[in-house]
Amino acid sequence: MVKRIVVGAHYGLRDWLVQRITAVVMAAFALLMLFIVLFHRPEHYGAWKALMSQQWMRLASLLFLLALFWHAWIGVRDVFMDYIKPAGLRLLLLVGVVLLLVAYALWSVQILWSLY
Amino acid sequence: MKFRIYRYDPDKDAQPYMRDYDIALEPTDRMLLDALVRIKAEDDSLSLRRSCREGVCGSDAMNINGRNGLACITRLADLKEPVELRPLPGLPVIRDLIVDMSQFFKQYHSIKPYLRNDAAPPSPDKERLQSPAEREELDGLYECILCACCSTSCPSFWWNPDKFVGPAGLLAAYRFIADTRDQATSERLDDLEDPYRLFRCHSIMNCVDVCPKGLNPTRAIGKIKDLMVRRMT
Amino acid sequence: MALPVRKFDAVIVGAGGAGMRASLQLAEAGLKVAVLSKVFPTRSHTVAAQGGIGASLGNMGEDSWLWHMYDTIKGSDYLGDQDAIEFMCRMAPQAVIELEHFGMPFDRNDDGTVYQRPFGGHSQNFGERPVQRSCCAADRTGHAMLHTLYQRNVRANTLFFVEWMALDIIRDPSGQVLGVTAMEMETGEIWIFHARATLFATGGAGRIFSASTNAFINTGDGLGMAARAGIPLEDMEFWQFHPTGVAGAGVLITEGVRGEGGYLLNKDGERFMERYAPTMKDLASRDVVSRAMATEIKEGRGAGKEADYILLKLDHLGLDVIEKRLPGIREIAKKFANVDPVKDPIPVVPTCHYQMGGIPTNYHGEVVVPAGGNPNSVVPGFYAAGECACASVHGANRLGTNSLTDLLVFGRASGDSVIRFLQENPGHKDLPKDAGDYSVQRVARLDGQTGGESVFEVGAEMRRTMQAHCGVFRFPDMLQSGVAKIKAVAERAKRTEIKDKSKTFNTARVEALELDNLIEVAVATLVSADARQESRGAHDRADFAKRDDVNWLKHTLWYREGSRLEYKPVNLKPLTAQTFEPKVRSY
Repeated sequence: MVKRIVVGAHYGLRDWLVQRITAVVMAAFALLMLFIVLFHRPEHYGAWKALMSQQWMRLASLLFLLALFWHAWIGVRDVFMDYIKPAGLRLLLLVGVVLLLVAYALWSVQILWSLY
Repeated sequence: MKFRIYRYDPDKDAQPYMRDYDIALEPTDRMLLDALVRIKAEDDSLSLRRSCREGVCGSDAMNINGRNGLACITRLADLKEPVELRPLPGLPVIRDLIVDMSQFFKQYHSIKPYLRNDAAPPSPDKERLQSPAEREELDGLYECILCACCSTSCPSFWWNPDKFVGPAGLLAAYRFIADTRDQATSERLDDLEDPYRLFRCHSIMNCVDVCPKGLNPTRAIGKIKDLMVRRMT
Repeated sequence: MALPVRKFDAVIVGAGGAGMRASLQLAEAGLKVAVLSKVFPTRSHTVAAQGGIGASLGNMGEDSWLWHMYDTIKGSDYLGDQDAIEFMCRMAPQAVIELEHFGMPFDRNDDGTVYQRPFGGHSQNFGERPVQRSCCAADRTGHAMLHTLYQRNVRANTLFFVEWMALDIIRDPSGQVLGVTAMEMETGEIWIFHARATLFATGGAGRIFSASTNAFINTGDGLGMAARAGIPLEDMEFWQFHPTGVAGAGVLITEGVRGEGGYLLNKDGERFMERYAPTMKDLASRDVVSRAMATEIKEGRGAGKEADYILLKLDHLGLDVIEKRLPGIREIAKKFANVDPVKDPIPVVPTCHYQMGGIPTNYHGEVVVPAGGNPNSVVPGFYAAGECACASVHGANRLGTNSLTDLLVFGRASGDSVIRFLQENPGHKDLPKDAGDYSVQRVARLDGQTGGESVFEVGAEMRRTMQAHCGVFRFPDMLQSGVAKIKAVAERAKRTEIKDKSKTFNTARVEALELDNLIEVAVATLVSADARQESRGAHDRADFAKRDDVNWLKHTLWYREGSRLEYKPVNLKPLTAQTFEPKVRSY
């Protein structure tokens, strides 16, 4: 079979940009947590639980986790593009990663909203 | 001075091997290429490319003690012995220090490395005008000598030499994008907006580190990305 | 043995400035053209040109092609053919503008036009004062130009045969040129390139000298091939010694340094060019400056421990000018001379740089030889342009910047001539039965040689001989003994042996074949120099200190057969301008 080199998928920029934006979101969340740890000093489980069960904190955490999963998706896909050459196997692995990340996302919602 | 040089002649060697040389140098031998010429005078089977011997033609790029560079402008005094010389990494070896550069040039050609401007010049006997500031935009871009030190030190190019344009090609792409006389910016951006062609670059800057002309392909790639973002928003 | 054959409308040998300007002309005309090159096109030696392209654009002040023409003729010490010089100087502005339209990154003036710098020997109003005529891209003009031409050829889909070395010219019994034999370096295979027209743009042979600014590839391949095919070489005694090669390294420092205001000093810190050339000073033409430098060194005023070099001072230009206009020079000085020119002067010596002679052509790029009483009878199907050709625009001494002008103007002109020839001569002529046999024999001799001499040793002996016997100053006894010596070296070159017998990228074989070409040039040079009993341009004889227009205002033609010399008249009749009569040359 003739080997064809196919390029031109025209989605590089969006993903590159998403990776940067999600990184900013994660960094902002990390700073928020740092601020809380340094100045609020929640010292026991109860304090942590109270903090995490506030609605704004749930949303912020979820935003962070979604950013993390999206960021990871692009990163892992890039790694697969470099190292997994057979297209079929790569597709299979990519689908596996998507399913896993979606499952993580749902699981995150469940964890965050099950705290009372 | 001691050297260990990668040797492989497909006509007679089943496997590549490293060969040791111990060579007496003259005081006038200052650059690595001078030593290689001296070695070749004794062992004429050592094959390498070389031409201008002053760092402008880009022929004698090789891997010198683990780092890509041009033999003709690498000072012998700066090298640790034994000096280990290998062909540029990531390209097929034809023989000894000579690699097949077709893939590298193919990527360079893929960015349409020529001025694209369909408008007739203002007059056949007058230049297109360009201010000194506009011309300055091309500094650090047009000086590339296509030696391939950068692209062959880039892991993204090693893994995807057929799809990733590589630092040299992308530097050339930006050289034309940055030229006020070139009218094909949007076609050029379209052509590069691809997960492989441009976005395999993860800014690890190996290219900047090895460029013998001190150019910065990573910055040029960043500027291409900037333009793409500006175009989108 | 029958060699495999490839057929083209035209074959161009060499992918430097002239070859690629010509190929562009042919490819854009839709012809089937093959360009053969020993190296990837952008590695050709044009890449090393620094200072600029001479053209009377007049962007910096009044200028005219007639002044450029006068300067070139005077620079040539009146040996240049005035029709060819007029043609070049008139076409130069167009050639530069064309290059700009191709995308060449020229430096600019505030009004957006191409910046031009002063250069040696270029003047306003017939020698009155220096003029700014050199169009440049910092000090990387050749690089920018060669890449621009390559890029334009990529656009035109020119077919390049990269790392193919041409071996010999194929001529039929009538003398018409039908192509070349060439070896693919990667495989060692020899092919015949059967062409209706063959154009040589193979560059010079500066590697015949030990101290040379030239690249390793400058081995005069086209000249060797032409000489073996019975075509004479013109004016080979004239070699330009560039005033400023880095002492010890030979690497070129552009005359643009002096154009931008740098100057030369002897060990006493004296700006000695004021004595030798009161008007143009450091911007006198290259033969004059080189001779002045050699005289200073000879008379004990050289700098350094051995008093064997001259200092090129440019620190007074300031960091900004140096970084903007001469960045490559700073790089070279730091790397090869261990000095930062922002602070210290660069040690320089006159270094072999350019071959004024070459394959005789007219200003159309057609190769011409004496035949049937006509000194300039056209060899059908054969063209040459660039340094390998002798049109002759440079005569006995080339002006700085005129080499790139030459490449562009005659690259294009020869391309146009080929197009005309192809229109008038449809169809390939049959190859002679023995086409290619000669090349096969030469390679077989080399591969089969036992007990022969090392290519490196013979080459080194040739370079030493040329350096000692045929340098800036020439002496009768040295020339005479040089002729005997170089002929002995040529005999040795017939028995070179290589240890490497591989078919794959055998660079030892390439170097041996290159030596075959170099040695023809070396013999031609010494024999021609020994015979010319006068001093003119770059040819300076101790025993004949003056130019002799009565006896020697003529071109030398050296034939390989019996190392025979003939002469032909200089064309003093321009195309439209008035003749510039020879007069005393002072700067």
